[in-house]
Amino acid sequence: MIKLFDIQKSFGKNKVLQGISFVIPKGKITVIIGRSGEGKSVLLKHLIRLINPDEGKILVDGTDILSLNEIELKEFRKKFGMLFQNAALFDSMNVFSNVAFPLVEHTNMTDHEIASRVHEVLELVGLKDIDEKMPEELSGGMRKRVGLARSIALLPQILLYDEPTTGLDPIMTDAIDQLIVNTQKQLGVTSVVISHDIEASFRIADRVAMLHEGKIILEGQRVDFEASKHPFIKRFLEGRATGTEL
Amino acid sequence: MKTLGLKFEWFVTQTALVMGGYTRFAGQFFTWVRQKPFRSRQIFLQMNVIGVDSTPIILLVGFFTGAVFALQAGYSFRLFNAETMVGATVGLSLAREIAPVFAALMVIARVGSSMSAELGTMRVTEQIDALEAMAVNPYHYLVVPRVIASIAMLPLLTVLFVFIGIVGSYIVGVGLLDIPEGPFLYRLEYYLEMKDLIGGLIKSGIFGFILAVISCYQGFNAHGGAKGVGLATTRAVVIASVSILVTDYFLTQWILELTR
Ligand SMILES: Nc1ncnc2c1ncn2[C@@H]1O[C@H](COP(=O)(O)OP(=O)(O)OP(=O)(O)O)[C@@H](O)[C@H]1O
Ligand SMILES: [Mg+2]
Repeated sequence: MIKLFDIQKSFGKNKVLQGISFVIPKGKITVIIGRSGEGKSVLLKHLIRLINPDEGKILVDGTDILSLNEIELKEFRKKFGMLFQNAALFDSMNVFSNVAFPLVEHTNMTDHEIASRVHEVLELVGLKDIDEKMPEELSGGMRKRVGLARSIALLPQILLYDEPTTGLDPIMTDAIDQLIVNTQKQLGVTSVVISHDIEASFRIADRVAMLHEGKIILEGQRVDFEASKHPFIKRFLEGRATGTEL
Repeated sequence: MKTLGLKFEWFVTQTALVMGGYTRFAGQFFTWVRQKPFRSRQIFLQMNVIGVDSTPIILLVGFFTGAVFALQAGYSFRLFNAETMVGATVGLSLAREIAPVFAALMVIARVGSSMSAELGTMRVTEQIDALEAMAVNPYHYLVVPRVIASIAMLPLLTVLFVFIGIVGSYIVGVGLLDIPEGPFLYRLEYYLEMKDLIGGLIKSGIFGFILAVISCYQGFNAHGGAKGVGLATTRAVVIASVSILVTDYFLTQWILELTR
C-alpha cells in the first residue's frame, strides 16, 4: 500500500503538485488520469523517489521513503519496476542487454536462465527476434514494449507504468492492457498506470484517480465519475474543449 | 557602487556553490569506488576509449611538439654554442610539463567532450533516472569506471607522448640541424632523470581524475534537451582545460619542492 500525504512540488514558479493526498491499494490496479502537462509523470516519479517533494510524506508499505538513505533507497527500489513515458532504454545497449540489465544486476541467474527469461518477457509484450536491434532502430511503440519487458523482468511487487499504451495500435493496446491485468491477477502486484484515455482506464482499473490543477479531484470507479457534477470531469468524459482551449 | 557590491557577492556565492558541487561530486568517487560490484568490463571499455583510441592523436601531437621544440631550441641554443643541450632540454620539458599537460588537453578534447555529451544525453532522455529506478547507482555504474580508466590511462599516454616527442626532437635536431648525435643523446641521458618522469606521471594521473570528474559532472547536470547537452559539453571542455592548467601550476610547485 502506498500512501501520499499532501505532496507539493514546484519547478521554479511552476506549481505542479499542490497537495496530493491519496492511497494506492496493494495488489490492485490504480490508474492516474489527467490532461497533458498536469504532472502525472512527476507524481509517478515521486513514488520511487526519482523526484523529492517540496512538502509532504510518502509511505510505501509503512516505510517513510523520504527518510531513506542512499543504500536503503537502493534496496527499496528493488521492489519496483518502472516503465518511463519515453521508455528510457539504454541507447548504448541492444534490446537483449536492455531487458537483461536488471537480471544481470540483481540476480545470480546463469546466462542461460537470463536468456530464457528475457525471451519470455519479450514474448509477453509481443516481440520476437529483435535481440540484436539497437533502440534507435525500433519504432516508438516497440521501444515502449521493450521498456515494459524490462520493467517486469524481475517480477517486482510494484509496477509503475507511465502511459504504457500511448502510441500503440488498438490491437497492441488491448494486448498490453491484458498484460497489465494478467500480471496483476497472477502475481498480485500493485500497479500504478498513467493514462489520459478515460475509457481504457475504466476497463483495466480497480480505481481511477483524476489529477487536475495539482490535486486529485476524484477517485473511484466508472459510476463515481459518471455521477460527478464537477464541470471538468464532465468535460473530460465527453472530450469537449471550451473557449480557453480553442 | 552598491550594485557592483551585489554583483560581486553574487559572483562569490555562485563560485562557492559551483566549487561545492564539484567537490561533492569528486568526493563521491571515494565512496562509490569501494562499493561492489567491481565493474571491470565497464572499466576496460573506457580504458579502450580513453587510452587505445587516443593513441594516434597522442603520437601525432607528441611528435610535432618535440619536433618544433627542437627546432626553436636548436636555433636559440646555437647562439651560445649549446646545441647539444637540445635533446636534454626537450626531454626534460616534455617529461615534467608538456607531455602531462598536452596529453590531458588532447584527452579532454577527444574524450572529455564525448563523456559529457554521452552522460548528458543519458540525463535528458531519462536513462540515468532509469538506472536509479532499477536500483543501480548511476555514479557507481557510469562515473566510477570512467574516472578509474582516466586515472590509469593518462600516465600511459604521457609516457607515449614523452617518447615520441623525443623521437621528434631527435629527427629534427640530429637529422635536420646537424647536431652531433653522440653529445645529443649523452646529454639527454645525463639530465633526464627518473624522478622527472615520475613527477610528470603523478601529475598526469591527477589530471586524469580531474578531467573525468569535470566531464562527468557536466554530463550529470545537463538539462534542457539537445541544447543543454551542447552547453554541458562546451562547459566540460573549457572548465576542464582551465582546471588542468591552474592545477598544473600548483602541482609543479609542490613537486619541485619535493624533489629538490
Ligand atoms: N525536471 C523538470 N524540471 C522542470 N519542470 C518540469 C520537470 N519535469 C516536469 N516539469 C514540469 O511539470 C509539469 C508536469 O509535467 P509532467 O511530465 O508530469 O506532465 P504529464 O502530466 O506527465 O503530461 P503528459 O501527459 O504530456 O506526459 C510540466 O509543466 C513540466 O513542464
Ligand atoms: Mg507524462
